Parts: sequence; structure tokens; C-alpha cells
Amino acid sequence: MNVRGFFSAALSALIFPAVLSGCGQSGSGSDLIRVGIINNDPNESGYRTANVNDLKKTFTKENGYDADFKYSMKNDEQIAFAQKFIQDEVDYLLLSAADTAGWDTVLQDAKTAGVKVILFDRIIDAPDDLYEASIVSDMVKEGETAVEWLKNQKLDQYEIIHIQGHLGSAAQKGRSEALEKTAKELGWTIVTQQSADWSTETAQQIVQASIDAKKQFNVIYAENDDMAKGAAAALDKANISHGVGKDVIIMGFDCNKWALEKLLAQEWNYDGQCNPFQSGYLDDTIKKLENGETLKEKTIYLDEKGFDAATITQADVEKYGIGS
Amino acid sequence: MQEETVLEMRGISKAFPGVQALQNVDFRLRAGEIHALMGENGAGKSTLIKVLTGVYPLDSGEIRMPGKGTVQIHSPQQAQKVGISTVYQEIPLCPNLTVAENIFLGRQKSRFVSFRRMNRDAQALLQSLGIRAEPTQQLADCSIAVQQMVAIARAVDMECRVLILDEPTSSLGENEVQKLFELMRQLKKRGVGIIFVTHFLDQVYAVCDRITVLRDGRLVGEFEAASLPRVQLVSKMLGKELDDLSDPADDIPPAADETAEPVYEANGLCSDQGIIPFDFSVRRGEVNGFIGLLGSGRSEAVRAIFGADKVTGGTVRVNGKPVRITKPYEAMQQGIGYLPEDRKRDGIIGDLSVRENIILALQVKKGFFKPFSKAEAQQFADEYIRLLGIKTASADTPVKALSGGNQQKVILGRWLLTHPKYLILDEPTRGIDIGTKAEIQKLVRKLASEGMSVTFISSETDEMLRTCSRLLVMRDRRLSVELTGSQLTQNTIFNTIAGGDPE
Amino acid sequence: MNTPSSAAAQDSLFTRLRRHQILIPLAALLLLALFNLIIDPSFFSISLRPNNEGVLLLSGNLISILDYGSELAILALGMTLVTAASGGQDISVGALIAISGSITLRILSGAQSDAMILPAFLITCAAAMLFGAFNGSLVAFFRIQPMIATLILFTAGRSVAAWINHNEQPFVSSERFPYFGGYLPGIPVPTPLFIALFCFLVTWLLLKFTNLGLYVQAVGINEKASRLNGLNPAWIKLSAFVLLGLCAGVAGFIKVSRTASINYSVIANNIEMDAILAVALGGNSLSGGKFNIGASVLGAYVIQFLTTTLFTLNVQSDSVSAYKAVVVIILVVCSAPTVREKLAALLKKRRAPKQAGQSA
Repeated sequence: MNVRGFFSAALSALIFPAVLSGCGQSGSGSDLIRVGIINNDPNESGYRTANVNDLKKTFTKENGYDADFKYSMKNDEQIAFAQKFIQDEVDYLLLSAADTAGWDTVLQDAKTAGVKVILFDRIIDAPDDLYEASIVSDMVKEGETAVEWLKNQKLDQYEIIHIQGHLGSAAQKGRSEALEKTAKELGWTIVTQQSADWSTETAQQIVQASIDAKKQFNVIYAENDDMAKGAAAALDKANISHGVGKDVIIMGFDCNKWALEKLLAQEWNYDGQCNPFQSGYLDDTIKKLENGETLKEKTIYLDEKGFDAATITQADVEKYGIGS
Repeated sequence: MQEETVLEMRGISKAFPGVQALQNVDFRLRAGEIHALMGENGAGKSTLIKVLTGVYPLDSGEIRMPGKGTVQIHSPQQAQKVGISTVYQEIPLCPNLTVAENIFLGRQKSRFVSFRRMNRDAQALLQSLGIRAEPTQQLADCSIAVQQMVAIARAVDMECRVLILDEPTSSLGENEVQKLFELMRQLKKRGVGIIFVTHFLDQVYAVCDRITVLRDGRLVGEFEAASLPRVQLVSKMLGKELDDLSDPADDIPPAADETAEPVYEANGLCSDQGIIPFDFSVRRGEVNGFIGLLGSGRSEAVRAIFGADKVTGGTVRVNGKPVRITKPYEAMQQGIGYLPEDRKRDGIIGDLSVRENIILALQVKKGFFKPFSKAEAQQFADEYIRLLGIKTASADTPVKALSGGNQQKVILGRWLLTHPKYLILDEPTRGIDIGTKAEIQKLVRKLASEGMSVTFISSETDEMLRTCSRLLVMRDRRLSVELTGSQLTQNTIFNTIAGGDPE
Repeated sequence: MNTPSSAAAQDSLFTRLRRHQILIPLAALLLLALFNLIIDPSFFSISLRPNNEGVLLLSGNLISILDYGSELAILALGMTLVTAASGGQDISVGALIAISGSITLRILSGAQSDAMILPAFLITCAAAMLFGAFNGSLVAFFRIQPMIATLILFTAGRSVAAWINHNEQPFVSSERFPYFGGYLPGIPVPTPLFIALFCFLVTWLLLKFTNLGLYVQAVGINEKASRLNGLNPAWIKLSAFVLLGLCAGVAGFIKVSRTASINYSVIANNIEMDAILAVALGGNSLSGGKFNIGASVLGAYVIQFLTTTLFTLNVQSDSVSAYKAVVVIILVVCSAPTVREKLAALLKKRRAPKQAGQSA
């Protein structure tokens, strides 16, 4: 990872001048609201692709915006983009930061230049007077929603295989925290708790190992869809039934379209949303600021659903499913 | 002469798996003497030295030094500390550092290095020893001879009481050897005891006071050089009376058949190694030789013939037909073999077995998809191990475990196995004991009598005279003169090498 | 009491084995097996159980290890050759697996029938070999250190993989495709095991019926001498990289077949380190030269054994790498010449009084 980091830093150093000369002066003088949007690379994940597409759909001339989009997964490149936007004197800077650190200076510059900053999707470590609002997922709440659903299943006993995401990531921390807390309170057994690093195959191996060790379990709590899929594959191989009314409950997160289809087919039981559709919130916030309203909360949490296989509909799959 | 002992080794034994390398060997070195350590390859000279310098732990016996009693030497650093310094055959210096850094490396007294002072000290040292090298020069840019001298300078500067010179002259030209001898005599006056390992008898008699002879890991005896005739020394080393060497007059090589057609002809051949285009040919059954000082281009010339360096011009005919030889594989396909000068760097594949090393060239010639069966390979290996008398525990032994002479025989075997029409031998006898030398010379002549053409390179003029019927003298990367017949005398050779014409 | 001659024979077998490099992975394997046997004897039980379609399949930890270790074992084959020939390692194999898997899925997602599986496999292999050739030419012709040369693909590979499928999750409808990462109909043994076995056999035959092994070792040990014996070191290094590319292609094909899906950023994550570790565990010198393919493959399965053991023991998987690090440290220390000498001396000392006792 370090090596990769070093190399990408070197690469970005090469790209940096090109970036400066590359983006020209965008037209101004109209009554459009000028926004600069800095996001992570849409190729990062299906989630990000959905996020980017959603933003592109909202920030159009028709909707009264003159928007410029910049993508990078490297913090230093993103900072360079931000400086450029500040020089261009955009009205709003919308930012989904690659990294939490290192934004103080540039956001101070933005403030001095009168550029309003709104964070979306990811928070940063900076004094909160440097930005107007942050629109983020509440990972703990996502976990709590899921655990609440699990509690309502009223199983005789809870024996859970807990497959974690990449340890230390915000999603893993939030989603694990909710489960661990409730398990402790209600005396649920966590049979296995391991990180599969978001990987399908590692999840499959973890569940396989539990099966081979003849461990008893009736819930799989996987912190994303890919890992839930791997777990299901291991169950299939061992002829352990899963889904609605079956031996093992499968829970996933992220609401990939293919995962919601599994719910619809009753093979999985629950999928928690991590909402990529944030443009509405951003649009709303900008409109409020333009109208001179003060925001009630600095941190605006996205509304995130949890889907139950018993109640999900084809319409939900179409509307909330990420990816093709 | 002082008779004070500076080093005494008693009852030294050392075994390696399958070999008793040293058995109950005694050795005594006095202050201010130059003491030759003689013996064939595998006699135990190198092992004795490595035991003395702490490279190998000894199995039994003791090492005593006056004032220190019995010393335990577990590492070369410890050896240096007690005053034993070594200059090995292969120069263990850092080619990417400067001369001065190499001299002082690893023994600065303080953590901080003053490069100015270091260079100044190095300059003084080099001057006092008459070594022509700049302290700030990169070691890699110096000739091998100078690198060797630098290694000695380093040892000398460490205030050593015992200096071991392991084959220091094998890569030096005559001039440089004389300089080294001066250096050794100078050190002798300072009371340093010098252990001198070499294969050159002349050199032994030129500088040494005493000679200790080892054979098969055992001590044969210690002798005063002045009272041990050469022939006696040789027979002690070999353990038998050797008529091969007794009378060089018998050894006049047969002249090649003048009517025989040339096997190989080159016109205007040159390579990227700065060799000046030269014409050359060799007839069937002829043994010729390139002769010249170090750096004269003799090795570069044969490398160009074999395509070992990048060939930049010239035409080549093999058996009268024009061919293209730009890389070794093409040369091999034309029936040419090449035994390189630096066997460690260019010859052996150290970790591979003797068997694999022997079959390598023939195997490559035969093709990627036609490997020899294990039985075939074993048969080839056994054949050449026997034919050349290679001393190895088995054909499976890694070739790097063999002594230098036996490694050389393995490479020789490798090329003989390909049954070349034309074999180039660049310094095949370097660093090899007398017995093996004679064997190789005999073999070359036998091969020639069977119709093989051979080009032979050696630093030893008398060896060239014994072996070759035609000599090509190289000077300053130019093929200057050809000597044949009556011109083949030491005097003529030295004259032409020095720049004169043959009489 | 042993007769002296039989004792001598045993001794020689023991010393022969001690010198053989396969001893290292073998000892590691036995150690792991013993450990598991003590913790839970049922670790090794294998049973025939039906899957959710009622097909009987072998299951048990051992089967899981052999199954999931397949890709690593296949990679270890190629990595051994690359290590031997170039004295360096390819760190881009994980990224190349991502690319290979992506190509396979791209071709199959558009296909209607199972007939595309073979072309998809062949195209994947060809593409992977091309990428291997890219790495190889950087090493062979531009003389860039292997780790640096393969850093390029290591960095860019997963993005390329994502780009091939426009970062979408391709949908594969083929019913037969999952056979390759799962089970062939009627056969209770996982297919990846057969593929790995097949790859091993092919490599073994290649080494037996060509001079690949000799050439690769010669070039790895002494490039200059090899050239003077008519070899072309550049081409030999290049071929090693191309073969490793092929191995990565096959491994990628298996990997995506397991779940018929791909996650570009995490598929075969860090597998390059495991592959290098397998080579080291096999007792092969990482600076090139002599190699033993069998020992590397055994090393690969030892790593999978370790992984599965840690999963079974419910060790946090982020500490799996820490355990692997411990293994590496032990290996490196044990293979250091000074330690070896000390060990040999110790063994000798131990045995000497015993022999004395026997003779008395």
C-alpha cells in the first residue's frame, strides 16, 4: 500500500501542472450559481458512480447551476482542484474529500475569498467554521437500523457470524459498533467476527471455515453486499438454507441492485442503504443559503433506508438499487 | 636475519563434508621473512589461510602469536585486530567507492570522516608504496593490478605483523609484479612476516626466504628456498617425479600443417571494446596464441572472434564459407568454443552442479526442446570428470564448492563435450597448480593432433612457447606481429611486446 | 537396537532430507498440522455432504485449504520462475488477476451461450501473457529492477480492470461458468484443485521435457556466463514473466468463476505478497538461481493452511498478516548462513555424545 501511495504521489506530481493549465476560465456573468464539485473517482465503486451520476443530473444549467466537476482519489490533487476553484471565484465549493486531513489552509483561503464550502459524503478534520454544512451518511445509524430490524425478528437465540469491512474505515466502525453494542446488551452470541476487507472471496472462506469447524449460527451480518454474497456462496455449498423463513438470515449493506434482487428473490433477508443520492440535499442546502436562511444543523444526515425481503418491491429495486 | 617468530600454527585440522581439507598441519612464520605456501590445488593452502583469518573455524589445533599466546580467531575482523591482514585472489573491495575510501573503509577511529584528511593520508600511503592511483579515483576505474595494490596498501596501513598474499600476482603484468616485489621487500625490512601463495615458481625463488609445501591437506615440510632446487620443489608438491616438466627442450610444439585449410578466417574484425580491426585465421590442427601485456587487447580479440562482445565490423569465414558471428550462440553453431579469462564471472554457474555445468554448452547447442536425459547427462559428466581428472565428491556437487583448478577443468570439459572444431582458451591455466597446468598443455597438444584448432592465451611466456606454433602479438589493442618458427623465443617475444620488430 | 548399517542408512536419509530445500515448507506444514491436531482433532475430518442442489460434495478444512489455495499455488509456479530468472519479484500479479478476471467477465457478460467460455479463457490468458510480456520487457530489455518495473502495473492494474467493464458489475448468465471455481457436475472435488494440479503437471512436464529449468537457473545464477554459453538471458527472463502472466490469467479466471462477480479494488488483494512468500517458504533464494517448483507449491498451500487455521481459530484477519510476518522472520533468520552454521554445530554436538554412548 505504501509503495502504491508513493507511486501515486509521484504520478500526481507529474499531473499537477497539467491540471493547472488544463482547466480554462468557465463563463461567468450570468445569473447561474457557480459551483465547483470535487469528488472521488467515479470508477472507485458502483456507489461512487451512482453518486456522480446523481450530482450530474441535478447540477445543470436548467436547474440554475454552472457546475464544474473534478475527480480524484488523491488528496493533494483534490486540494489543487480546490485552489483552482477558489481562484476562479466559484460561489460554492462542494467537496467529497479523499482524506480527512490537510484541508485547513485551503478552506481558510476559500473563506477569505468568500467561497462557501459544503462537504458531502465524507467529513474532514477541520474546524467547522470553515464550511457551511456537511451532508453525510450516519454509519452508526445505518448499523442501528439494521440491528433494530434484526431485533424485531425475535429469534429464539441469536448466533451471529459478523463479517467486517476493512478495519478502521468509517463504514466498518459504524456498522460494527451498532451490532456489538446490542449483542452485548441482549446477550446475542457472536460466533465469528472477522474482517474480510470487503472481499467476496475472503468472506466465503471465513464462513467456510466456520462451517468446517461445525459452528452453529443463524445470522450472517455482513457489512457490505459483496461479503454477504461470499457468505451465501459458502452456505449454498454446505446446503445450509438462507433467506426468508430459512435457517440462516443474511444481512448486507449498500443496496447494490443485484443485492436488492436477492432480497426480492427471498434469498437474503435485509439490506441497509448507504445513500449515494445526495444531490437533492446539496441543492436544498444551496437554495436555503441563497435565500439567506440559516441552517438548523451544520451536519445533515442522509435519510437511509433498510430494506426487508418481506416488504421490498420491484419499484424499490429500480429506485434504490445501485448499478445496472 | 631475525629469527623471532610472529605466528605459529600447530596441529591444524579442518574437515568439510566429504573432504579432510587439513590434517595436523604445522606452520611457522618468522618476522621479516617472505614465506611461500606451496601446493597443488586442493592441497589445503586456501583452507589454511581461511582458518588463519577466521573465515573457517578450525576443528582442532592452535594458533599462537608472541605476546598474545594462543589466539582465537573467529572472524576476519578479529584477525585484523591481532595483526593478520590478507589480500585475497579475488579482491574484496568495494568497486563503487574511491581508492581512499577503500583503504580506510571500516576502520576510521571516529564516527566522523574527514574526507580531506583521508585523501591526504591515502595519497601519502600510495606514494610511499609507489602505487600510481589517485585517492579520489573510483576503484572500479582502476586496472585489476592497481586494485590489487590498493588492497595491499590497505593491509599494509593496518600495521599488520602478518600479511597474507593469496595469489596476488595472478592478474598482474610483469612490470607490476616487480613493483609488488619491491613492496614486499620493503615490508620485510619493517619486520612484517609475509605469507605468499602463488603458482609461479619464478616468483617464489625471486622473493621468498622459506617455502612450506602442503599436499592433500598434509604438511610435506618447511624448506629454505636457497637450498631447495626447483625440480625438488615440484616433485614435493606433486608427490612424484614429473618428467613432463623436467626438460622443456622436449616440448617444442609441432608446427601446423601449412597446407591445411583455414578453419576460421576473419578480416577487419573489431568489437565495441575498442579493438583495432584485425585479420586472423587458424588452420586445422593448429595451436596458435595471442600474447601481449595485460590490457593489450588479447582477450578482447578472442572475445570478438566468439561474438562475446558486440562485433562492430569485419567479415568471417568458417571452412571457407562466409558466416555471421555476432553472438556466442552463432559461434557455437559454427563449432567454436570459448573458455573465458575470468572463470568466476564468465565461466562457472556457481550454484549448479558439476554435471549441469559440464553439459550446459552442448545442451544449449542441442536446443531448448531436447534436454538430455538424466542418464545421458550423468554419462557425459562422468566421462569428463574421469578424462580431466576433476576432483569432486560427485557430479551433483555444486561447482562453486570445487577448487579453482577443478572449476577450470569443468569449464574445459564443458567445451570439449561440444566437440568444437576450434577452441579458444583464454588463460586456462591461471591460478592452477603445476600438475594441472601440464595436463592442460598436454591435452591441448593432443587435441590439436586430433585435428582441433586451438587459440591459447597465457600470461606465462614459457607456457605459450611450449604450446603454440604461432604467436600473435598484441600491443595497444592492435595485432602487431605474428611470430612463427625460429622467431619463437623468449627474447623475440619480449622485444616485440616491448615494441620492437622480430629479428 | 539398530544394526550399525541401518543406522547409517537412516542417517543418510535424514541428512539428505535435511539438505533438501523441500524440508522447510514440509516442516512448516507438519508444524501447522500438529498444532491443529492438538487444538481440534476434527480439523482434519472430511465428509461427503450435499449442497443446496442436493449434489454430494466433499467438505472439510483440508478440502477448503486445497480449494482456496489453488490460485496461490498456480501463481507460485510462475513467481518461482520469475524469481529464479530475474532475481526479483513481480508485485503486479494481484492487479493482473483483477484485469484477467475483468476480461473474462466482460466477454462472458455479453455472451448468450456457454460456448464463449473457452474463447473467454483463451483471450484472458493471451491478454495476461501480454501484460506479463510488458513487465518482462521492462526487466529484460530495459534492465529495470523487477519490483520497480512491475510497480507500474501494480499501480494501474486495478483501474484498468475497472475500466474494462466500465466499472460496472457484469452479469454472467452462463450456467457452466461457475464450474471452474466450483464443482463439475458429478465430481465432489472442487475444480480449482484440478486446475492447479493440471498447471503443476504442465509446469513439471515443461521442466522435464525442455531446458527451461536449466536455462532459467543458469541465467539467474550467472547471466554473463550464460550468455557466453549461447543463452539469451533477456529472452529467458521475458519468458519467465510471460509464464507468470499466464499463471495470473488462469488464477484470475478461477477467481471470478468462484462468485461470477468481481470487485476491482479487493479481488486477490495482496496475493502478490503471498505468492512471494510461497516462493520464500519453498526455500528458494529470492535473489535468483536454483529453484524447486514443488517446494514453492507446497509453500503456497502452507500459507493457505495458515490462513484457514487463523480463520478457524477466529483470529482477527487483520492480524493474519502479522502472523505471516512472524513466519517470514523465522524463515529469514533460519536461512541466514550464520544461524545455519550454529544449528549444524549444535546438531553435531548433540549427536556426538549419543554416538559415543551407543558405541560404549
